[in-house]
Amino acid sequence: MSIFVDQKTKVVVQGLTGGQGRFHGLRNKAYGTQVVAGVVPGKGGTDVEGIPVFNTMAEAVAATGADASFVSVPPRFASDAILEAADAGIAFVVCITEGIPAHDEARVFNTLASHHPNTRLLGPNCPGIISPGKCNIGITAGEIALAGGPVGIVSRSGTLTYQALYELKQMGVGVTTCVGIGGDPVPGTNFIDCLGAFESDPETRAIIMIGEIGGSEEEKAADFITHAVSKPVVAYIAGVTAPAGKKMGHAGAIISGSKGTAQAKNAALTAAGVQVVQNPTEAGEAMAEVVKNLS
Amino acid sequence: MDLFEYQGKQYFARFGIPVSAGGIADTVDQAVVEADKAGYPVVVKAQVQVGGRGKAGGIKLASNADEVRTHAGNILGLDIKGHVVHRLWVEHASDISKEYYASFTLDRGAKKYLGMVSAKGGVDIEEVAETDPDAIARIHIDPAIGFTEDQARELVEEANIDPEARDGAIGILLNLYRAYVEGDADLVEINPLIYTPDGRVHALDAKVTLDDNAAYRHPEWDEFRDIDELDERERLAKSKGLQYVGLDGFVGIIANGAGLAMSTCDVVNQVGGKPANFLDIGGGANAEVMANALEVINSDPEVRAIFINIFGGITRGEEVANGIVTALGRVHIAAPIVIRLDGTNAEEGREILKQVEGDRFISLPTMLEAARKVVSLAGESK
Repeated sequence: MSIFVDQKTKVVVQGLTGGQGRFHGLRNKAYGTQVVAGVVPGKGGTDVEGIPVFNTMAEAVAATGADASFVSVPPRFASDAILEAADAGIAFVVCITEGIPAHDEARVFNTLASHHPNTRLLGPNCPGIISPGKCNIGITAGEIALAGGPVGIVSRSGTLTYQALYELKQMGVGVTTCVGIGGDPVPGTNFIDCLGAFESDPETRAIIMIGEIGGSEEEKAADFITHAVSKPVVAYIAGVTAPAGKKMGHAGAIISGSKGTAQAKNAALTAAGVQVVQNPTEAGEAMAEVVKNLS
Repeated sequence: MDLFEYQGKQYFARFGIPVSAGGIADTVDQAVVEADKAGYPVVVKAQVQVGGRGKAGGIKLASNADEVRTHAGNILGLDIKGHVVHRLWVEHASDISKEYYASFTLDRGAKKYLGMVSAKGGVDIEEVAETDPDAIARIHIDPAIGFTEDQARELVEEANIDPEARDGAIGILLNLYRAYVEGDADLVEINPLIYTPDGRVHALDAKVTLDDNAAYRHPEWDEFRDIDELDERERLAKSKGLQYVGLDGFVGIIANGAGLAMSTCDVVNQVGGKPANFLDIGGGANAEVMANALEVINSDPEVRAIFINIFGGITRGEEVANGIVTALGRVHIAAPIVIRLDGTNAEEGREILKQVEGDRFISLPTMLEAARKVVSLAGESK
């Protein structure tokens, strides 16, 4: 099994005729993902290498029965695109768009929460999700991932996600699903959502978590792991040597409840029984060891 | 983008938040002109983006032109925690009866806006939060719904703002919320928000951080852009569109992706080196971007060795390698380089790199090996 997406997932690419949308949409299709439609206002009736393009999400969903969407549109159109997908009944929206204003993200997140509780947003500004061998939505190079499990990966960082997939493949360890949640201020899906889903997935038997400095999501994840995750977790937090963040000023420091340092995050995760490692290579090695010992 | 106090005040004024009359000055003579206009007594304030200006002697009261001359002369050029003062804000000094605090920002954990008001303003608010958390009234606001006058009233009442100042404070809070949302700020903070003996409430300081992602819908922000605050290396990187943060070590770092760049700094540190910078060249890693990155690193005299750490995903190893070879032909690099190229088609990429390999350019397959090598090379070239 896998979480959130699998071989049955039918994907609409919003922005399929744009540079990125076309490139990644076609790559995802070539990987084996069911990319059933594109949506580009004004381009309905055309196609991109055989993938039909519709003017609206409602039309695309009615015609294809799609249940997921891949948003690859410029920042100024992204909020509307996400909400349009939710309005059309899409259950899983992946948004890779980078540079969406924080206020737009906050409004979209809260609008989804109150009006579309059955729609899950992944991102924005994330690499996407891959259930190797089944479905790849986003920008991950599918060939660096080995299918079959037993490891689930959740990560805030794009390149470190690839690194983790690659390290595991080198050691012959497969992955059920790898979720890149992105590092924006208001991510639609967070560590806890993914950890909970991995805990419930019988095929996922161990989890790699990759965090970064800033915010307190990793600390919250540590708390969640203590109470709700029975499977072994290996974690790596990037940014041990990064200079103290000054971005959010005083008010930001007050609400995070911690300074968001890698040290604080590592301490919280260690206290939760997580095996904390010092670099991505060690994460792969430690996980290979964990997998070997799974009975 | 962090605004200077004077910019923050101009920004507040646009949203109807009362601020003191004043003007900016880059010279002592200008300071006197602005002081004459504002009316004595005046406050002469250093414009730097760092806390603790008052303690460092960067804020002075002056009751006549001579005093303005003395203080302005002392403050201009002053080094406050590494920030040299190039500009002053000169404003009419306010009489103060009470000092409050007000701010709006995003509570990332709750995914809602957070409004905070306190009757204990004019001091370090983080300290208040620690020693007397109940002195800060807080409200979570749903971004999809908004902030109402009733909520503003509840907030000032809960914060124990003096009854005579409440109406003024409510008006400012509503405008501050507009400045936060319509103005696309990450943070708006007034500390202190003052109540004067003649019954007015107004902003004596302004701390504003704008959301760079929203710049496309705010052409008026152009006037705020000021890259004087950046150091030499950061300015060059910014002009080339690179994500660069200057650090104080001696190993130059180039990586693709913010996470990998951070991780590279960590690993260099782990094996006993000190990173000179954080530089993320993004996903592409083509010759143009690589040449720009090398040029920025090359401009840093502290750099004794360079670590290029690239993980090929969709960008294949041979494309990255060709980019590096081309870039090396375009920029003369003083320091030795260690590269670790891994990921999609890494073998093919390493094959291409062989044409430039030598004592000054070494290719190693793993992050840890490459980090050890670059740190030892940096030690040798000390």
